[in-house]
Amino acid sequence: MKAFANLFSALDETNKTNEKVRVLKEYFVTVPDEDKIQTLALFTGRKPKRQINSTLVKSWAMELSNIPAWLFEESYHVVGDLGETIALLLPQSEETQNKSLSEWIAEINSLIFLNEQEKKAWLISSWLSMEQQERFVFNKILTGSFRVGVSQSLVIKALADLSGLETSVLTHRIMGNWDPKSFNYQSLVQKEDGSEDISRPYPFYLAYPIQDTSDQQKSSEQIKESLGDPLNWQAEWKWDGIRAQAIQRNGQIFIWSRGEDLATDKFPELHPFLLELPAGTVLDGEAICFADNCPLPFNILQTRIGRKNLTKKILTDSPMAFIAYDCIEHEGNDIRDLPLSRRRAILEKLHQSSSFKDVFRLSPVVSFSSWDDLYKLRLRSRDEFAEGFMLKKLDSPYLVGRKRGAWWKWKVDPLSIDAVMIYAQKGHGRRADLYTDYTFAIWDQDKLVPFAKAYSGLTDKEINQVNFFVKRNTLEKFGPVRTVKPQLVFEIGFEGINKSTRHKSGVALRFPRILRWRQDKKIEEADTIETLKEFLK
Amino acid sequence: MSRPLLEFNEKGIFCSAGNFYIDPWRPVKYAVITHAHSDHAKWGHQKYLAHKLSHEVLKYRLGNIDLEIIDYNEPIHINGVTISLHPAGHIIGSAQIRVEYKGEVWVVSGDYKVEDDGISTPFEPVKCHSFISECTFGMPVYKWRPQQEIFDGINNWWRLNVEEGKTTVIVGYSLGKAQRILQGLDLSIGNVYTHGVIENTNEALRRDGVKLNPTQRATFESNKDEMRKGLIICPPSSVGTPWMRKFYPYSFGYCSGWMALRGAKRRRAADRGFVLSDHADWGGLVQSIKATGCETVYLTHGYTASFSRYLCDIGYDAHEAHTLYGGDEISELDENPVKLVNEYGEIIEPVDDAEKNSADKEIIILEKPSKIGLTDSEKAIALKKAKRMGGAL
Repeated sequence: MKAFANLFSALDETNKTNEKVRVLKEYFVTVPDEDKIQTLALFTGRKPKRQINSTLVKSWAMELSNIPAWLFEESYHVVGDLGETIALLLPQSEETQNKSLSEWIAEINSLIFLNEQEKKAWLISSWLSMEQQERFVFNKILTGSFRVGVSQSLVIKALADLSGLETSVLTHRIMGNWDPKSFNYQSLVQKEDGSEDISRPYPFYLAYPIQDTSDQQKSSEQIKESLGDPLNWQAEWKWDGIRAQAIQRNGQIFIWSRGEDLATDKFPELHPFLLELPAGTVLDGEAICFADNCPLPFNILQTRIGRKNLTKKILTDSPMAFIAYDCIEHEGNDIRDLPLSRRRAILEKLHQSSSFKDVFRLSPVVSFSSWDDLYKLRLRSRDEFAEGFMLKKLDSPYLVGRKRGAWWKWKVDPLSIDAVMIYAQKGHGRRADLYTDYTFAIWDQDKLVPFAKAYSGLTDKEINQVNFFVKRNTLEKFGPVRTVKPQLVFEIGFEGINKSTRHKSGVALRFPRILRWRQDKKIEEADTIETLKEFLK
Repeated sequence: MSRPLLEFNEKGIFCSAGNFYIDPWRPVKYAVITHAHSDHAKWGHQKYLAHKLSHEVLKYRLGNIDLEIIDYNEPIHINGVTISLHPAGHIIGSAQIRVEYKGEVWVVSGDYKVEDDGISTPFEPVKCHSFISECTFGMPVYKWRPQQEIFDGINNWWRLNVEEGKTTVIVGYSLGKAQRILQGLDLSIGNVYTHGVIENTNEALRRDGVKLNPTQRATFESNKDEMRKGLIICPPSSVGTPWMRKFYPYSFGYCSGWMALRGAKRRRAADRGFVLSDHADWGGLVQSIKATGCETVYLTHGYTASFSRYLCDIGYDAHEAHTLYGGDEISELDENPVKLVNEYGEIIEPVDDAEKNSADKEIIILEKPSKIGLTDSEKAIALKKAKRMGGAL
């Protein structure tokens, strides 16, 4: 565990990619294979199951650190991370141990056999045998909140350098359903793929936005300049659902979401069409709610995703469909290297022979002869229930991960409104001691009504300025939230809007964020609730 | 009820019986200064009283002020009020101010730390009825390690950089932190270079008889190969400037109590963050307050709300004091020398807009320096002084 804790600090200490890869390689060559696999599991989001809930962890930490509960909570607000707060508040340890990462994880997994008193005794003696950095990573693993400031691709890069395998091969091998107990390092890095996991998905190919930000819109001329002849490109609407890979192998079906969650059970409506497909088929597409031949807004899908049990009512209110846009395995063969045009032909054939065309839908190809045509069509995206376009090169293979060049997303410009900041709260992680989370309000007659929270979109310099303003202009404090003098106006962008009974303003926004700080505007110039409700129509 | 011995008004901490202020932020007739940092020692007062080891630094920072100096534990009397200075351990020459009148004793801590840093006279608790204490780091998550551990870390990192052929650049407040780091370095590794502002401060301290390790001004003419093995100490304002970039390749480390939290450390984007503070940590604050034997505590700087609540919980009559030191969490990195100084420490002729100075300071990463304390008339005085001082140092 000490090696792992040191790895964590070393990764924290640099923001240079090469340096991170170097640190990872150094770590991988010094730790045993079990630790390598555990590390890989943690870095790819395969956390051990949480055996003690964080309320208990918190209350035992409070007890051990001997401070009142309110002070513990305030410390947590200052630090912004529970695992770190506990690591900082606990008394200094007097003992040490040399258990490896895998040994600790094995202990965590075996907690399932202990009762609460035994768990408590175990946790306290564990804490008292660790240094601060060890405690921190241990707490993160224990509470199931392990996240690192290093992307999966860097870990894969390090392993690729060590094993001599291609990064794309390794990326594929670590997809899907494995856990560190059943997977071993040697089979991961051997030449031939030894996996028999029939549920294993392919790494998703992800597109970059062609417009870097919504502030820098591109004209059709600029698009032409970067993409060239429109004849080489296929355009599809960009759907607002959940990206998913649907797999049928040997009569078994699997649906993976982009976050690498197995979501087969969440979408029973999709099972019949998948079972009917020829064995050895993998489709890439969008799981989306669909009724009367129309995609439904994302918030309808959202309400059913969180549910454990899909009731009859949910199935009626939010019926699912799958809009397929690619076929990446056909008749048991990986066809990712075929050009898109050929893959599309295969996909269309599969669709043709399906008897479930209401559920198994094809993402229509939008016909256009010039970028100008497409530019105009894009402005109508919302009428088509889409978020803009996906542009894909007809001769492109299906690549691994986010790559520039062959696939682009060209999103519709966000809706926007000018609003006044009225509450501020400290952020988390990197922004843990800065006021970075704001609540915005618009005018309802002569009152300011809150309607959205947003926390991204400002530069570090602007954040410092707003932070400074918040501290100087606090009217009231409610726990971590400060009411600030209404003075700063921001342009808030969002992707969509829906009626809501839960919000004071009567609307809920989809993906609100700060587009710009309007230092030129006074609060009287902010928008009104009427303007916002116009968007509902 | 009679008037309290010390009170907070719009100019600072005021003693009506003695008609003087402690660390005032607006111009007053008589200012007792805890230490020479810019948020405590401001321009424009008619008369100053401070500790003798602040003499040269105050003159360097504030120009030709009317300054009276005394030693620790050397009481003076004004209108029947007894004032004495007591070591605060914050920086060289930093003092707590003890004020006694008709048997009642108040102490103003200024900034302080409990650990003996080897260069500042160590903190001594002073018995009092009411204690005005800072609490910059008044949260239990702040616990300092012994400074030797931190210095070992800094020296090891320096050695590693020498091996990798990188210059070591370390950032710390120019008065206090810079000298503390300097004294903790292992000089067998290489030479120590300083940014002009720090070297001027070092010179001022040396004039006051403070013994510091040898340093050289870091200039572009300095021998590059020598510098690669060396360590440069510079103030927070130099981070990200072209001046600093000239020393590339380098590894750059920050020294501050704020480095205790991972978020703050990562935001700084430094290669290394060393948790080294000249303020008391949580344990130090609680221990010091208990040692004064006081009943009433007023809190300034930092987490005043939480800390006063905690002190009330454990039986003190504790209050948040509303000061203009800069609200909460204004950091120890918050350096605001009002003079314009170039990288060699030479004073630049100010342009007619004094704001330009604070604009230059925006590269201070943690927080913009507080803009309070400079009224238009103060600005005028400041500019006049800077002009008069031009080239004098």
